[in-house]
Amino acid sequence: MANSNNRRKFMTTTLQSVGLTALGGMLWSGYTHEVKASPLVLRPPGAIKEEDFLTACIKCGLCAEACQNRDTNIDKETGEAREGTLKMAKGGDHTLIGTPYFIPTEVPCYMCEEIPCVPVCPSGALDIASVSNEKEELDINMSRMGLAIVHKESCIAFWGIQCDACYRACPLLDVAITLEYQKNERTGKHAFLLPVVQDSACTGCGLCEMACVTEKPAIFVLPNEISKGRAGSHYVKGWDEKDQERVKDAKKIKTVNERSEKEASDYLNSGDLY
Amino acid sequence: MALNRRDFLKSAAAASAASAVGIAVPSSLQASATEAQKDWRWDKAACRFCGTGCGIMLATKGGKIVAVKGDPAAPVNRGLNCIKGYFNAKIMYGADRLKQPLLRMNDKGEFDKQGQFKPVSWKRAFDEMEFHAKKALKASGPEGVAVFASGQYTVMEGVAAQKMMKAGFRSNAIDPNARHCMASAVVGFYQTFGIDEPSGCYDDIELTDTVISWGANMAEMHPILWSRVTDRKLSDPERVQVVNLSTYKHRTSDLADMEIIFSPSTDLAMWNYVAREIVYNHPESIDWDFVKKHIVFASQPVNIGYGMRGSDEKSIKDGKYTDLEMETISKEMAKVVSEKEGPALEPFGYKAGDNMEMKPAGLKHWEISFEEYKKFLEPYTVEYVAKISKGDPDEDIEVFKKKLKKLADLYIEKGRKVVSFWTMGMNQHTRGTWVNTLSYNVHFLLNKQAKPGEGAFSLTGQPSACGTAREVGTFCHRLPADMMVKNPKHRKICENAWKIPEGTLNPVGNQHIMKIHRDIEDGVVKFAWVNVCNPYQDSASATHWIKAAREMDNFIVCSDGYPGISAKVSDLVLPTAMIYEKWGAYGNAERRTQHWRQQVLPVGDSMSDTWQWLEFSKRFTIKDVWGEQPLRGKNKDGTPKKLPDVIAKAKAMGYKEDATMFEVLFDHERSRAFKLDPNDPIQKGYDNSECLGDSRNVKGSDGEVFKGYGFFVQKYLFEEYAAFGRGHAHDLAPFDVYHKVRGLKWPVVDGKETQWRFNAKYDPYAKKETAETGNSHAFYGGLAKKLAQGDLKGIKDKNKKSLKNKAKIFARPYMDPPEMPDENYDIWLCTGRVLEHWHSGTMTMRVPELYRAVPEALCYMHPKDAKDKGLKQGGLCWVESRRGKVKARVETRGRNRPSRGLVFVPWFDEKVFINKVCLDATCPMSKQTDYKKCAVKIYKA
Repeated sequence: MANSNNRRKFMTTTLQSVGLTALGGMLWSGYTHEVKASPLVLRPPGAIKEEDFLTACIKCGLCAEACQNRDTNIDKETGEAREGTLKMAKGGDHTLIGTPYFIPTEVPCYMCEEIPCVPVCPSGALDIASVSNEKEELDINMSRMGLAIVHKESCIAFWGIQCDACYRACPLLDVAITLEYQKNERTGKHAFLLPVVQDSACTGCGLCEMACVTEKPAIFVLPNEISKGRAGSHYVKGWDEKDQERVKDAKKIKTVNERSEKEASDYLNSGDLY
Repeated sequence: MALNRRDFLKSAAAASAASAVGIAVPSSLQASATEAQKDWRWDKAACRFCGTGCGIMLATKGGKIVAVKGDPAAPVNRGLNCIKGYFNAKIMYGADRLKQPLLRMNDKGEFDKQGQFKPVSWKRAFDEMEFHAKKALKASGPEGVAVFASGQYTVMEGVAAQKMMKAGFRSNAIDPNARHCMASAVVGFYQTFGIDEPSGCYDDIELTDTVISWGANMAEMHPILWSRVTDRKLSDPERVQVVNLSTYKHRTSDLADMEIIFSPSTDLAMWNYVAREIVYNHPESIDWDFVKKHIVFASQPVNIGYGMRGSDEKSIKDGKYTDLEMETISKEMAKVVSEKEGPALEPFGYKAGDNMEMKPAGLKHWEISFEEYKKFLEPYTVEYVAKISKGDPDEDIEVFKKKLKKLADLYIEKGRKVVSFWTMGMNQHTRGTWVNTLSYNVHFLLNKQAKPGEGAFSLTGQPSACGTAREVGTFCHRLPADMMVKNPKHRKICENAWKIPEGTLNPVGNQHIMKIHRDIEDGVVKFAWVNVCNPYQDSASATHWIKAAREMDNFIVCSDGYPGISAKVSDLVLPTAMIYEKWGAYGNAERRTQHWRQQVLPVGDSMSDTWQWLEFSKRFTIKDVWGEQPLRGKNKDGTPKKLPDVIAKAKAMGYKEDATMFEVLFDHERSRAFKLDPNDPIQKGYDNSECLGDSRNVKGSDGEVFKGYGFFVQKYLFEEYAAFGRGHAHDLAPFDVYHKVRGLKWPVVDGKETQWRFNAKYDPYAKKETAETGNSHAFYGGLAKKLAQGDLKGIKDKNKKSLKNKAKIFARPYMDPPEMPDENYDIWLCTGRVLEHWHSGTMTMRVPELYRAVPEALCYMHPKDAKDKGLKQGGLCWVESRRGKVKARVETRGRNRPSRGLVFVPWFDEKVFINKVCLDATCPMSKQTDYKKCAVKIYKA
């Protein structure tokens, strides 16, 4: 009962916000502006590439509803559903209105094993294949909602404080966040226990960001497009057999820049030498 | 990284030598600090939290603490802190600090046990306390007035409470939460060394080759020490070996070279296995010269019960315990010896299937021969021990056997230094005293005890479990400096020092913390006062004690900074100054005493526990408390036990019979000699709310503005107490010295602290004792140092032989705990703590960052167990025992990873009130509750 009530309440508030924005008479250009202004939102597990996601998502809210009403989201004391992880964007949320997103410091993704939010997606904006293993079982550990980044200057573990709250909060403890041990030469008898995020395993759930005890979290999740660099496909790690996999889509190399943009003969025939 | 081992050791030794005299903070660091914050005042203090005893510096501005830093000069932590220490500046400023006394009242303003809490004056609060304490004294005698004391008391608070209880009320019903924390370690020290507290110190970490953790999660519970272990491992990764023995996988395994997951309670079997390996298979590793000079062997009864209630106790007879509860409690009277424990008990005359009648035996033990000890070890073959000890059902037994062998090899290896650490796993144990002593057995046989980098070392949970609870002696059976209430000589020493008549002190000290709860339930204790602890959240079988407090005719008072479960259960709540709002001192696990000054004024009308005790003492005169007083029970001749009338003696000493306990115990010529001097560099510029009053003008117990006692009460209490230990191997430095250094490890003799006790090279007391013999060690503690002679099963020759300067190796077998998983309750439950929260969370749950990090206690379990029981990760389950149930969220992938068959639920969260589920069985010798094992069932909520 509680759940169906919640569903109704949830639908109403979503509709209200859609209604409000309609009344506001905002234009699509306005939406696009918002999207461009802040490409920092975190999407649900299985979300396809952000630019495709924005087109594919039909803003139905089924993922957010499944998130809130999953049976592990019950408040211990009241038995009611708690606030879900996924929110549907409203005006002013700095992303395309009606699309699902989450804020780790409010409600992180708890990485449900059955991933209730993904199979309900009718549009393919949340891609079930991307969170399914070879046996076609759902595997939340495959999701890549973002990547956690540690800001070393504000992370108190890098000061030598024995914290590691993020490490212990990580659902893939010792896999997605590992500890690196270093001697603390200043004290001569203590060690640093430093949290290190493993890009290969971090799902971007945000439980670390939620747990971080600094005033503004020193570990935080950013969308993959923002948080990750990319090395070129022209170089393969000679010491890593698997690295060739990384460059499997390598294309024919052709480069041009300020120095090379002129035809060779134009260069040779131009200007004075002295 | 570039430091080689020798350089490293050299620098560590130099540093620790420097630390003894308090090394200077680099001047560049000091200068920059003063430049940046001109209006900040920095002063040193000790961290509020665990037994590690980190030094901190506090910055105050405008009368409030604004910042904290690790003290760079503190030898323990050298400027570092853990995640809790990081928040020391925030713990006192939660929005719901208690600011005035609150009394349960009806609409007419009368006390009403069923009433709502409403603010009252301090005067009214003390009026009520006086009335109800006097009522309790009248109804039950001194045993009717009790105090839940604390290992978080400052030293001075402990002294004040102890004096008023034991000398004033003549009640020994004062017992600390430290009972739950390290009582088994204490009895282990008493029985083995004859004196309390570790022989080694934290420098052992830098000096050892091997760290073996038995039932401790140092990574979360002693993080700064753990970072030192980590550093040691990094210094020499090949040589330094780390082993983690536990009943479930936790963070201390991260660094470990080997992890041994064992079945609850079988640590006894594994210690005895290591000893058997030494004695049977590696006899050449025994240092016979050391053993012959320093060790005797001992045995004791084994049918000693489990510290639960007996069938003759009132509440049992009154039917307050259900049939389900009685299934377990019945083992207190008798049990059938199981197949699992049968082989271990055979040398003691029991075999599997026998009925074992339980008989309380106190601390009784007697000397036996080495041959008898050898006979006792016989059953602990690798086959037997692996069979009963393997804790992970999915682990191959051959793999487990290999681990056991490696464990023994590490201990035995010639030239390998080994430190064994433990905390609650070995202390909170129905055979806690036994298993503590078994650790020393192994170290003694190999002569690897009380030497730099070598020894069994009991880590402590609370910040002043050692400094206050143990050293001051705020236990029901203790007096300061290892003296005992039952020893007439010790009582006399205290009576003389406290200037009270001979015969005042009560010789019966049996109201340990569980007994106080039980006595409240039996209707004997009618007045109880909670000091710096949360007994209604932290005691097992909690529902019984809460019901007794709320439903019976009694008066419960709770002094606290914040409202917790104990305040909610109480009738009167007193707002209490928190740590840096008063002068104080703590003593950590390596015997280091650390003092601090009052940094700020208390919040609201809060006053310190010391003040509360002194004000309370004003309400009782000699006439009220020193007349003849009844005690429970009968003397051997059949007459009722009682305490003598000492009023006449008091008069002969010059006291008037209407003199208050305040005048007798606290405010007199001796105390007034400790003058307040505004120019004394220790006092100058600092508040002292008890001695001077303060600008808040709090109206005190007489309704008038409190103007201060006019003498330096904290210094007086400390010095009077410290005098007991000086010259008796408990030497503390003078009060003022502690304000200049970063703590000192007692015994402090000729201004020097002691790193390794009992070792003639390092300990002046041992040096003195070995002057003639030239022995390497002297285990000079004086308790239980004369023993009758016998064999494993009993005494054969009652004539007691002295064992001066010797320590003991005990023959103590593996035994089952009273409650183990069965068909109905099929899972072991273990409780404990998490790094982010301190104990019951009263302080840390109010720090927003720590609350956000860990908002609730989870039920950590194996994924397969969860699946088999239809539970989902993150879903809710019931954890139910014969005593009660709680709802918790299932965690299968968190920081703790139990094997199948065990769940771990931390106890900090009052909304996951796990102590309603836990069993109040204790070690029958130490009376420490076993929170680590009971049987539960888990099902979907």
